Amino acid sequence: MTLENARAGRGKPIWDRENQPRTVIPPKAGIHNRDGTPPCPDRGSESLCAGNDNVGVQAPHPARIPGSPAPSGMATENLIEDSASPRPDIDRPDPIFSPMALRSTDILTQTPQGLYCPLGDFHIDPVRPVKRALVTHGHSDHARSGHRSVLATRETLLIMAVRYGADFAGATQEARLSESLRVGDVTVRFTPAGHVLGSAQIAIEAGGTRVVVSGDYKRAEDPTCLPYEVVPCDVFITEATFGLPVFRHPDTRAEVRKLLDSVALFPERAHIVGAYALGKAQRVMALLREEGYDQPIHLHGAMERLTEFYKSEGIPLGETPKVVASERSKLAGAIVICPPPSIQDLWSRRFPDPVTCFASGWMRVRARARQKGVELPLVISDHSDWDDLCRTIRETGAGEVWVTHGQEDALVHWCTTHGIKARPLHMLGYGDEGEAEEPPAATAEAGGAA
Amino acid sequence: MNRFAALLDRLGYEPRRNAKLRLLVDYFRHTPDPDRGYALAAMTGALMFKEAKPGLIRGLVEERTDPELFRMSYHYVGDLAETVALIWPAPGHESVAPASDAPAIGHNNPPPHVPTLTEVIETLATTSKSDLPARVAEWMDALDETGRWALIKLITRELRVGVSARLAKTAVAQLGQIEPDEVELIWHGLEAPYEDLFAWVEGEGPKPESGNPAPFRPSMLSHPLEDEDFAKLEASEFLAEWKWDGIRLQAAAGHGSDGRPVKRIYSRTGEDVSRAFPDLVEALTFEGAIDGELLIVREGRVQSFNVLQQRLNRKAVTPKLIAEFPAHLRVYDILFEGEEDLRGLPFAERRKRLEALVARIDDPRIDLSPMVPFATWEDLAAARADPATVGAGPDADAIEGCMIKRANSPYLPGRPKGYWYKWKRDPYLVDAVMMYGQRGHGKRSSFYSDYTFGVWRDGPGGEELVPVGKAYHGFTDEELVKLDRYVRNHTVNRFGPVREVEYGKDRGLVLEVAFEGLQRSTRHKSGVAMRFPRINRIRWDKPAAEADRIETLEKILERGEKEVYPLHDKEPKRQKG
Repeated sequence: MTLENARAGRGKPIWDRENQPRTVIPPKAGIHNRDGTPPCPDRGSESLCAGNDNVGVQAPHPARIPGSPAPSGMATENLIEDSASPRPDIDRPDPIFSPMALRSTDILTQTPQGLYCPLGDFHIDPVRPVKRALVTHGHSDHARSGHRSVLATRETLLIMAVRYGADFAGATQEARLSESLRVGDVTVRFTPAGHVLGSAQIAIEAGGTRVVVSGDYKRAEDPTCLPYEVVPCDVFITEATFGLPVFRHPDTRAEVRKLLDSVALFPERAHIVGAYALGKAQRVMALLREEGYDQPIHLHGAMERLTEFYKSEGIPLGETPKVVASERSKLAGAIVICPPPSIQDLWSRRFPDPVTCFASGWMRVRARARQKGVELPLVISDHSDWDDLCRTIRETGAGEVWVTHGQEDALVHWCTTHGIKARPLHMLGYGDEGEAEEPPAATAEAGGAA
Repeated sequence: MNRFAALLDRLGYEPRRNAKLRLLVDYFRHTPDPDRGYALAAMTGALMFKEAKPGLIRGLVEERTDPELFRMSYHYVGDLAETVALIWPAPGHESVAPASDAPAIGHNNPPPHVPTLTEVIETLATTSKSDLPARVAEWMDALDETGRWALIKLITRELRVGVSARLAKTAVAQLGQIEPDEVELIWHGLEAPYEDLFAWVEGEGPKPESGNPAPFRPSMLSHPLEDEDFAKLEASEFLAEWKWDGIRLQAAAGHGSDGRPVKRIYSRTGEDVSRAFPDLVEALTFEGAIDGELLIVREGRVQSFNVLQQRLNRKAVTPKLIAEFPAHLRVYDILFEGEEDLRGLPFAERRKRLEALVARIDDPRIDLSPMVPFATWEDLAAARADPATVGAGPDADAIEGCMIKRANSPYLPGRPKGYWYKWKRDPYLVDAVMMYGQRGHGKRSSFYSDYTFGVWRDGPGGEELVPVGKAYHGFTDEELVKLDRYVRNHTVNRFGPVREVEYGKDRGLVLEVAFEGLQRSTRHKSGVAMRFPRINRIRWDKPAAEADRIETLEKILERGEKEVYPLHDKEPKRQKG
C-alpha cells in the first residue's frame, strides 16, 4: 500500500459516510491553554508493523512548539478551510499534504470498531479486529485479541499475552511512555493514565490540534501503577463511568481498614473480597500490605496469573497462595480475593460463614451493594470520581470534551454549564442507560474494572 | 457521630441477626457514655426531639447543587437521604454547585468540627425550628458521606437498618450475660442516655429500679399458613379464633410503690400509646397484662378498619372523637395476672384464666374474642369462608381470616415457629395485561419493578385495555430480573422513569394480580381502585387477548361494596404490609 492509496482511502471509508455521526472539531482559538506543555521529543520512524507495509512510517519531524497559537476558526465536517491551515511552525513531512486542508474527520472519528484516526489509519481500543490498534490498557473491553498489529505499552502488551496467549496479534510494538511516535500523518504519545499497571492515555496531534484519548483513568494514589499525568489538549476524550456527583471515592486506606476491622471482629469467618482480576485485585493486596496485613492473601484461580505478572514487575504483594478447593472450609479468619461473580457462587459458600465483600466504586451506592448481596462494601475504584473527572477536564484546558461511556449526560451538563463544549459519544457496546456497564456478571475476568 | 455512622452503615448491610448482635455489642463495649446511650435510644425509638422533615434536607441540598445534577443523581440513587449525603458539596467544593455561583467562599477556614452523637442529640432537643436548617447544614459540612447519611437517618427518625428495639436491648443484655427480658422489664423506667443501665449490665452499678409497675412484655407473633401446611398439622392439637382486622395492643395495669394504680396501653412493638386511648385506659380495672385487638364498636357492632383508621394518629383525642369512635379491646391472651407470670402455661389454660379475668372486669369495652369450634380443617375452612354463619354474626365484616394456635403453646416473645398461625381470607384474582413499567426505589432502583396493568373494555375503536392498578411486589427476586428484562426488551415509549411496553390483542404479558378488595375511584380512568394489589403469578403462557374484562371487576365491586366496606366509607386504601 502506498501513501497515495492511504490518502485515497480516506475518501471512501469502509463504513457509510452518513453513519459517521461525530467528528472531532478543533476548538475556537484562544480557548485552550498550552502553557507548560513539554516539547515532545520526536522518536521518528519506529516501525509500527515490522515486516508489513510501510504505511504510517513517516520521516521524523520536530515537535510542535509549546505556547504556539491554536488554529483559528471553527471547523465542522464540511467547513474545512481555516481549521486545518498548516501551521508554519509544523514541518509537514510530505509536501503532498501541504496544500491540502486538514479536515476534522482526519483526526478522529467514531466507527463501529471504536474511535478511529483516519490520518494515522489506526483505531484506539477497537472492539472488533482491525488492521492497526492502539490500546490504552489491558482490560478485556479495551484490549481484545485478533488485531493485525497492536501498539501499546510494554506492560499492556504483556498483560494481553497473559490473557490471550503470545499470538494475540499479528505484530506488536511497544509504546514508550512520554515518547512521541509518528503514525501515518499524526504524532501519538502515550502518557500514564493511573488506571491499572501499564495503562496510558493516547495523545494524537496533527495540524496543530491535540486530541487526548484518556482511556480509563484515575487520579487517586495507586501503589501498583504510575500516576496520571495531565496532558493539555484541545479535545479531551473522557470516560464517565462514575460521572454523577454522588460518586466521590473515599480514602482507600479507610476502606481497607474497614475490612481489617471486620476480620478482627469476626475471626471465625472468611472474608471473600470480589475484585477485578486485573488491577483491582492487586491494588487491594498492595493496600492491605501497606496497612501492615502480613497474613497470606488467598486467591481464586482466576487471579493467579495476573498477580504473578504484577509480582514479576516488581510490585510487592506478599504471600498469595491459590485456594485449594478442599481446603476452603479451613480458611476461617482469612482474606480471599476472587472475581466479582464468584462472591455469589457456590464456590464462595464453602468457606466458613463467609462475609461477602466487594471492592468497587459502585459500592458507593447502597442499593447497588445490596442488589449484589454484599455485606461489606469497599469503595475502592480504579476510575475517577466526579470531582476528579471535573478537575481533570479543567486541568487539560480542553475547549471541547467528548464522553465515551458511563453517566455521560451529567458530565456533559457540567461541561456545558462551565463553558466547555461537550457531547456524549454513546459508544457502542455499552448499556442503554448507563446501567449495563456495572460490574459485568458474566465472565470471571471481566474487563471494565470499576 | 462517625462511630455511630459506621455502625449504622455496617448494620444496614448485615442480614444475619447474630452478626448484627455482634456489631451492636462491639459498639456498646467500645463507645463511651453518653454516646452509646443515645445510640441505644435512637435504635429503640426513645429519642425525644422533633424530627426534621425530608423537605428541610431537600431545601438545604437544593441551595447547594445544580438542580439538573441533583435530579439525575436522585434518579440514579433512588433514595433521598443517600443522594443528599453523597452529593452534598464539602465547603470549597464547586463541582456540583450551580455554575452561576460565585467562586466558593470560606475554603480557608479551619476544617469544621465533627459533632459527636451526643452533641447532635442534645442540640436537636433545644434548637428552635427556625435555627434547625443552619445547624443541620453545619453538621453536614463537617461530616463525610457515611456520616451525613447517618445524620439524615437520625434526624428524620428513619433509621431502618434492620435493628428492632428488642435486638438493641438484647445486645445491651449480652454486654453482661443477662437475659434480654430483664432489660425489657426495667426498660420503661429508664431514660436516655441509660448510664445506669450500662453500669448495671457491666457490673459497675446497682440494678436500676423498674419504676414501671405495668411494663410491656414482648408480643407473640404468628406465621402465615400455606395450604400445604395442613397436611403436617393435626387439627385436634389446635384451637382457632377469628383474625380481627384491627390493631394489636397489649394492656397492662399494676400499682406503683405509692399505691397509685398505673395503667398502660402498648402497641405490639412496645410503644406506649396510652394517651391516644383514654377511654380504654379507664376500663383497665385489673392487675396484670392482656393481649388483644383494638376495634371500634358502635352499638355492639364491630366497624371496619376504615372506621378504626379515623381514630388513629390524631393529635388531640377529643370527647367527640371518643364518642364517635369508641375504642374497644377484644382480648385473646393473658400474660400476667397480678404478679403471676402466666406465659409458661399452655394456651388452653391461659384461655381459662383470661375468661375468668374478663368476667371480673365486666366492662363493655373489653370482651373476649370467641373461639371458633372445629373438628377438622375442612370445618375450619368452611367457617373461614363464611364467618357469619359460625357465630360471628354482623361482626363478620371485620374478620380477615382465622388464627390457629397450638393448644399447648406457651406465650413466647417474637415469632417462634410451630405455635401460632394466621390463615387469611383468600384474595381476589384477576388476569391483567402489563402496560407500563416504572423504576423502583431503594434496593430496586435500577430495576423496572412497579407495573401498571389493565383489563379489556369496549372502547370507541373496539376492545381496548384500561389501566386498573399498579403493583410492585408479590414476585421473587428471580422473577423481578425477568420482568425487568421483559420491560426493557418490549419498550415502545419512555416517560422519564416510566416505560410503556407492548400490549394488544396479539402481544403483551399477562399478570395474575391478587388483591384484597375494590373501591370505586374517580381518580382512575377505569373507575376502580384496588386494595393491596400484588403480582400473584406471571402468566408467560397466556395470550393477552384472554386477559379479564372490566366486567369481572365490576362484579367483585358490587359484592365487595357489601363485603369489604360495609359502611361505604370513602377512606383511602390501607397498606397493612
